[in-house]
Amino acid sequence: MGVLDKFKSKMDSLKNTYQKIDASVKITCKKCGYEAKAYDLIENFYICPECGNYYRMGARDRINLLTDKNSFKELYKGLTSKNFLEFPSYQDKLKKATSDTGEEDAVVCGTASIGENPCAIFVMDSKFMMASMGSVVGEKITRLFEYAIEYKLPVIGFTASGGARMQEGVISLMQMAKVSGAVKNHSNAGLLYITVLTDPTTGGVTASFAMQGDIILAEPKALVGFAGRRVVEQATKSQLPDNFQKAEFMLEHGFIDAIIPRPELSNVLSELLILHKRSV
Amino acid sequence: MNPYEKLKATRKSDRPTSNAYIQEIFDSPLELHGDRRFSDDLAIVAGVGFLGKYPVTFIATEKGKPDLQDRMARNFGCPKPDGYRKALRLMKQAEKFHRPVICFVDTQGAFAGADAEERGQGQAIAESIMEMMGLKTPVISIVIGEGGSGGALALASANKVFILENAVYSVISPEGCASILWKEASPENVAKAAECLHITAQDMKNLGVAEAVIQEDFENFSDMCEMLKNKLIEAVEELIDFSEEDLLEQRYRRFRKFGVFEEEKKGFFRKK
Repeated sequence: MGVLDKFKSKMDSLKNTYQKIDASVKITCKKCGYEAKAYDLIENFYICPECGNYYRMGARDRINLLTDKNSFKELYKGLTSKNFLEFPSYQDKLKKATSDTGEEDAVVCGTASIGENPCAIFVMDSKFMMASMGSVVGEKITRLFEYAIEYKLPVIGFTASGGARMQEGVISLMQMAKVSGAVKNHSNAGLLYITVLTDPTTGGVTASFAMQGDIILAEPKALVGFAGRRVVEQATKSQLPDNFQKAEFMLEHGFIDAIIPRPELSNVLSELLILHKRSV
Repeated sequence: MNPYEKLKATRKSDRPTSNAYIQEIFDSPLELHGDRRFSDDLAIVAGVGFLGKYPVTFIATEKGKPDLQDRMARNFGCPKPDGYRKALRLMKQAEKFHRPVICFVDTQGAFAGADAEERGQGQAIAESIMEMMGLKTPVISIVIGEGGSGGALALASANKVFILENAVYSVISPEGCASILWKEASPENVAKAAECLHITAQDMKNLGVAEAVIQEDFENFSDMCEMLKNKLIEAVEELIDFSEEDLLEQRYRRFRKFGVFEEEKKGFFRKK
């Protein structure tokens, strides 16, 4: 057994342990109150077996469910946020988010294959400071697009975000243009970019790379919008429909290509990757 | 003035708005209307004219004259998606005819109404920013009052950005920031947020977000505009000789550098 294989089997056993621990835990559905065993929930793509409610997923869980086994290779580990504006309690929030999620910041990037089709992938993690976008998120995604241009890879991006990260001030805003520039270069190189909008995708992320995909997919009932619902209500001074800013609403108004149920995502993405392969 | 006072000053109704600058700076400006898709959003004023001897396209967010009627017609300078689509249409036109684009930014932000959401506010801004990053003609933006978040960036993904000395530029309005972080947008909280967010022209210079800070002199507005005009001509002359490739590269590098973070360097495992 080579060093790499040993390492892999070690990782697999670690994963099993992690799942065993989780198996005893019960998670209550926020919608219907049903108590599902964590293990069953994972088997069911984090969808409530009772009412069909979609749970928000961590970035790692999503990568495990979506990509071919052992195909994910993480890129740009070791980038962490800095409180360069000395914004009150930013450092504490970062610390708490890291200890809650085990992540360094709100996005995980790497390469992987889906149905044996290679791609570059980024997944935002709403459990990390509501996946707000600061320097680290902007830098990692920009690097990923630059990498994808160099290696001629399609990019698949799972978005979720409360928007730009206030604690990094205008520099967070600049990330929108920075990533957009990299997306533009990737697009000009004739490469495919698919975004999958997950709950919730809002603010500066909606107003930049979430909406720049060649193909824009969304999970059912995911919240997708620019301004917050409360803000819109104040501006409009009227009741908004229940499905306002939901994926279904966005589909109806022509802003996304398709809504794909979570269990089908892997297959649909794989099909799309095959469809965009250039014949040699 | 402290940051909060500066913010309030940018909202005073007697502060010159984009139209005043357009009239002073450009020769024979002609306003062009409409997004060719849905409507003509008056929160965006755009058109063609001469900057000295150079034909240019100008695009601006316009808050309106001090009277309420005009301000309402212009939605207080908060563009809807139609406004950003009008702006993009005219940027593309400028690209076709190799005209530099001059943008004036003065907005609290993109409009947050139900109609704006329905017509894809996020998509409109996203497209504007992405297309600006690839626009094969020089783009220069000036923040003349409020630079409010994504709605401002949609007209400021430029080769060069100037800002007036008491103008502000922010990722979120200090009111919004205060109400999210400290539950209440009381004047004290908003003042604190304005401080923490680093929104002043001097902050922009320090952070590299603006290349130059322009002195204000509203008493002698014509003289001030003359100076700004010369500054713009200087910038156009610098950029106009760039090849298309160099122009795009310069813009990409300009934004590529933004970001402050820690990077752990693990020699052995470190990937490119």
